[in-house]
Amino acid sequence: MQTSSDNILSAIRIEKGFPGTKALDKVDFHLRRGEVHALLGENGAGKSTLIKCLTGAYRRDGGSMLLDGTEADPRDTFDAQRLGIGTVYQEVNLLPNLTVAENLFLGRQPRRFGMVDTRTMNRRARELLAEYELDIDVTRDLASYSVAIQQVVAIARAVDLSGKVLILDEPTASLDAHEVEMLFRIVRRLKGRGLGIIFITHFLEQVYAISDRITVLRNGQLVGTRNAADLDRRELIAMMIGRELATEIHSAHSDAVAGEPRYRFRNFGRRGKIDPFDLDVRAGEVVGMAGLLGSGRTETAEILFGAHRADSGTAEIEGRTVDLSSPRAAIRQRFGFCPEDRKTAGIVGDLSVRENIVLALQARRGWTRPIPRAEQNRLADHYIRALDIRTPDREKPIRLLSGGNQQKAILARWLATEPELLILDEPTRGIDVGAHAEIIRLIESLREKGMSLIVISSEIEELVAYSTRVVVLRDRAHVAELDGAQLTAHRIVEAIAATNGREAS
Amino acid sequence: MKQKYLPLTATILIFGLSYALCVAQYPNMLSTRVIGNLLTDNAFLGIAAVGMTFVILSGGIDLSIGAVIAFAGVFLAVVLEHGGMHPLVAFALLLAITTLFGAIMGAIIHYLEMPAFIVTLAGMFLTRGMAFVLSIDSIPIKHPFYATLKSLYFKLPGGGRITLIGGLMLFVFAVGILIAHRTRFGTNIYALGGGTATAKLMGVPVAATTIRIYALSGLLAGLSGIVFSLYTSAGYSLAAVGVELDAITAVVIGGTLLTGGSGFVAGTLVGILIQGLIQTYITFDGTLSSWWTKILIGLLLFAFILLQKGIIHLSRPERQRA
Amino acid sequence: MIPIMRAYAGRLLPQLIALTAIVIAISMVFPGFLNLQIQNGRLYGSMIDILNRGAPVVLLAIGMTVVIATKGIDLSVGAVMAICGAVAASLITSGHSLAETLLATLAVGIICGLWNGVLVAVLDIQPIIATLVLMVAGRGIAQLITEGTILTFNDPGLIFIGSGSFAGLPMPIVIWLVFSLIVALLVRRTALGMLVEAIGINRQASTLSGVLTPVLLVAAYVLSGLCAATAGIIAAADIRGADANNAGLWLELDAILAVVVGGTSLLGGRFSIAASVLGAVIIQAINTGILLSGFPPEFNLIIKAAIIIFILVLQSPRFRTGVSFLSIPKAAGKPTEREAK
Repeated sequence: MQTSSDNILSAIRIEKGFPGTKALDKVDFHLRRGEVHALLGENGAGKSTLIKCLTGAYRRDGGSMLLDGTEADPRDTFDAQRLGIGTVYQEVNLLPNLTVAENLFLGRQPRRFGMVDTRTMNRRARELLAEYELDIDVTRDLASYSVAIQQVVAIARAVDLSGKVLILDEPTASLDAHEVEMLFRIVRRLKGRGLGIIFITHFLEQVYAISDRITVLRNGQLVGTRNAADLDRRELIAMMIGRELATEIHSAHSDAVAGEPRYRFRNFGRRGKIDPFDLDVRAGEVVGMAGLLGSGRTETAEILFGAHRADSGTAEIEGRTVDLSSPRAAIRQRFGFCPEDRKTAGIVGDLSVRENIVLALQARRGWTRPIPRAEQNRLADHYIRALDIRTPDREKPIRLLSGGNQQKAILARWLATEPELLILDEPTRGIDVGAHAEIIRLIESLREKGMSLIVISSEIEELVAYSTRVVVLRDRAHVAELDGAQLTAHRIVEAIAATNGREAS
Repeated sequence: MKQKYLPLTATILIFGLSYALCVAQYPNMLSTRVIGNLLTDNAFLGIAAVGMTFVILSGGIDLSIGAVIAFAGVFLAVVLEHGGMHPLVAFALLLAITTLFGAIMGAIIHYLEMPAFIVTLAGMFLTRGMAFVLSIDSIPIKHPFYATLKSLYFKLPGGGRITLIGGLMLFVFAVGILIAHRTRFGTNIYALGGGTATAKLMGVPVAATTIRIYALSGLLAGLSGIVFSLYTSAGYSLAAVGVELDAITAVVIGGTLLTGGSGFVAGTLVGILIQGLIQTYITFDGTLSSWWTKILIGLLLFAFILLQKGIIHLSRPERQRA
Repeated sequence: MIPIMRAYAGRLLPQLIALTAIVIAISMVFPGFLNLQIQNGRLYGSMIDILNRGAPVVLLAIGMTVVIATKGIDLSVGAVMAICGAVAASLITSGHSLAETLLATLAVGIICGLWNGVLVAVLDIQPIIATLVLMVAGRGIAQLITEGTILTFNDPGLIFIGSGSFAGLPMPIVIWLVFSLIVALLVRRTALGMLVEAIGINRQASTLSGVLTPVLLVAAYVLSGLCAATAGIIAAADIRGADANNAGLWLELDAILAVVVGGTSLLGGRFSIAASVLGAVIIQAINTGILLSGFPPEFNLIIKAAIIIFILVLQSPRFRTGVSFLSIPKAAGKPTEREAK
């Protein structure tokens, strides 16, 4: 057992709720001096909520927090920084238009006679960065340096300001292997200085390369804290996605589909987004896309729908080559797409449920041929009933609906266009249990009617249940395709966990 | 060369080139007299533009400065001619009023989370209205102290003069440069322009900085009003209409990004001089009509917007590539 | 139809109440205000005067409404008015027919709108910056056309547009009535209105739903240019000459104000042409009211400022959350003011 003196940071029974959900449910988290502690979990597991509670970005609803043995309750991130907790985010939270030195000393620039002493500031900036083996021109704008260097500058600032706990929130997401190695050298050195380091990432190789201990969260609850050396990869993934490996579910439909593919994508891809892939989709088939966050799932969907133009490969529908260079072009081929980020890319918040439902159909018909109001009402009422969208009436602005009902309305938007290929990116994320089951039923009934579907989901169990085939993605590439007897949660987890991807160290 | 100096370099090159072209055609334009006049004639615009530069650097805009200048003129004329106040006391009082006015606009922008555009538009209506309420007529200022101030100048070799107001503008620019690059407040202004949310995370006092930026703009608009009243020796509520547009244009031509975060106070000075030069050239030419000023300035504005757009476009992939 | 009518009335209620209050207030101070007379088959009276003088702002407000609904703004309309007034005057004085003059002038307005639209939609420049270019250069271009003078004309056809009357109403009123009716029908009888609102609220989601975003954005600015051209013709016809310096001066601000008074949010989205027209009439009524009531006209601007501040406070996100917090303790937890619409 640990004693409190080992721990530089102890969070005990932290609770945090948002309207309708419990984001953190009595989570314990202990960070020792001089350790790198990985915090893992899929989206919505509560990682970022926990971090925000620790750094004061959110005020916790319950629980207590001990920093270096004393009770701490940071009011905001600035306060947390003062207490000793520094954070570095994936999107570097520094100002690209200021110089490196200004970024390091913003708010505490050395002054002489009331004026900022630029020379001293630059000298101290160089000295500070020298500790991180970084010899750069500190008078240049931060934006002129690579993300890796910006990341190091951010770490240097955070450590210099706080110096007890360093939180690294997906710092490696956009770095190459060489840069990751540089970052890890720095992390190890800081660890040697006795800092407690919380490391959040979705690259499991990196977790094993750098962490001493691992804590996994799921659905706002603590799954467990383990020593990294004692936890094998499969067990870890099982902890993250909540599948006990003992039980095996076979897909009910894995042998239901035969025949020629309706859609044939060859060497389809876009540099920097997703490696070129081949993909076939038949009528009446649900193709699942599995992979951890950042594996290229969403990018695949966006390229198929023309949200990003593919820069290689071809797309064929029933043997004829088609143009998928824009959403409009894809819609013309009877594609539909429910994006992952409902708020920014899905709903049109101030428009009514009715208008949101008819939007895509109206856009396809063109503005000169408005859908008559009676027809709009009929469509809206039909889908409100068919999908059980809970809204007092069809004229309610969609932003006032719950997440699940918004999701159903966006599904209705596409169903109204009578699509032949529907791409759903995380259709069940962040919605309540009832709506969740309804959306899964809907996916199955659409498949039975002969529609083709591509469904992306982090919930492996769910994917196995409704997919006829599952494509596994890792490191922005399609790495495996499972069907028939192979289509089990176990196999998917193994394929995700396989280590022939990019090595971190 | 560092990318952020590119627009400023372009501005300076354009100024140098156009001045050379002017001199090639009219050798008389190469005289300290012309330069002195350039400074004197654009003094009020330059001072107001320094404030505008700070506002734009922070990602905002201030439409009220023209109205504040007019208000200042009328206010001074009324208190000097009818109130019998000493000009220096009147100056101090006026600057206090306009600074407070700017601070209030800044507070509304920050605390009500409203776009600066519409808040300062209301400010523009309000101040112009106050000027009207004080007096509709143009009031000449005949205070002897004004004559004293106007007679002060520094003689340049070659017959040119740097008048008090021309010198004051240069002084304001010098102080502006110092504030921008040598104070924490200055860095905070750039920080706000780089991204309010990030700046806040990094501990920049957003509320205080926003309020101080608009207060500074109000102060400088008030000072510009004093200079304008010295320059015209009168106060008229319809004066200085559209000065805010000229100031915005000078700031953009001076290489400052209209979306904030990047640019130089010194660039604004060159922007002012380019505008002044175009006017001077047209005066020298005699046959060209005054409207070419507006058209040329509009074209320059467009060119600089495109240049900045291009720079942003070029720098973006670089930042993503890691 | 009746529920729709009721919905419209509900949407316009605040503006209607404000206008009625202003009219009542003025008529109490100035009893003759409500009088209408018919002379030579034309209506005369202070109320008609308001509608007549408000014509340019009403027209600009129509285009501005659609532009603001797309989350944009058009600062150039005043300058475009000046350009188009100058074009009309110079064409008619150089012997072109009325029809040619009008068509060419409207075409110039469309070109100005295209310019703005392409900068915003294709080059992706912030609307306030993109339209600033034409705002600065436009007046110079207008002066270039008139060569710095006030270009007067005496073509009866063109003058008729400014001071003639049709069916008892002054021509400017007829024109803006017809214009606003056409635009309102165009946006509400086709799908344009909804698509424009969708773009203004969430451009990314609209594009992903297949909305032709760039084309509609350009169209909004073209409409604004067309409105400005019409306003420019009326302003020129009214004074029988093109004044490049003063035509449409600062009217862009009045037009924006009218849209704001009409309740369309500057942040884009839901819009109402009728409400903006009412907004413009309210502003003109205040102008005229101050004049008639014997208040010095100087108060005009101060009152405008007060109106903006009042509306700003009402529209402020902070204020909204504050109010909804008070009115609905915990139930919905979301602002509800828009539900009435």
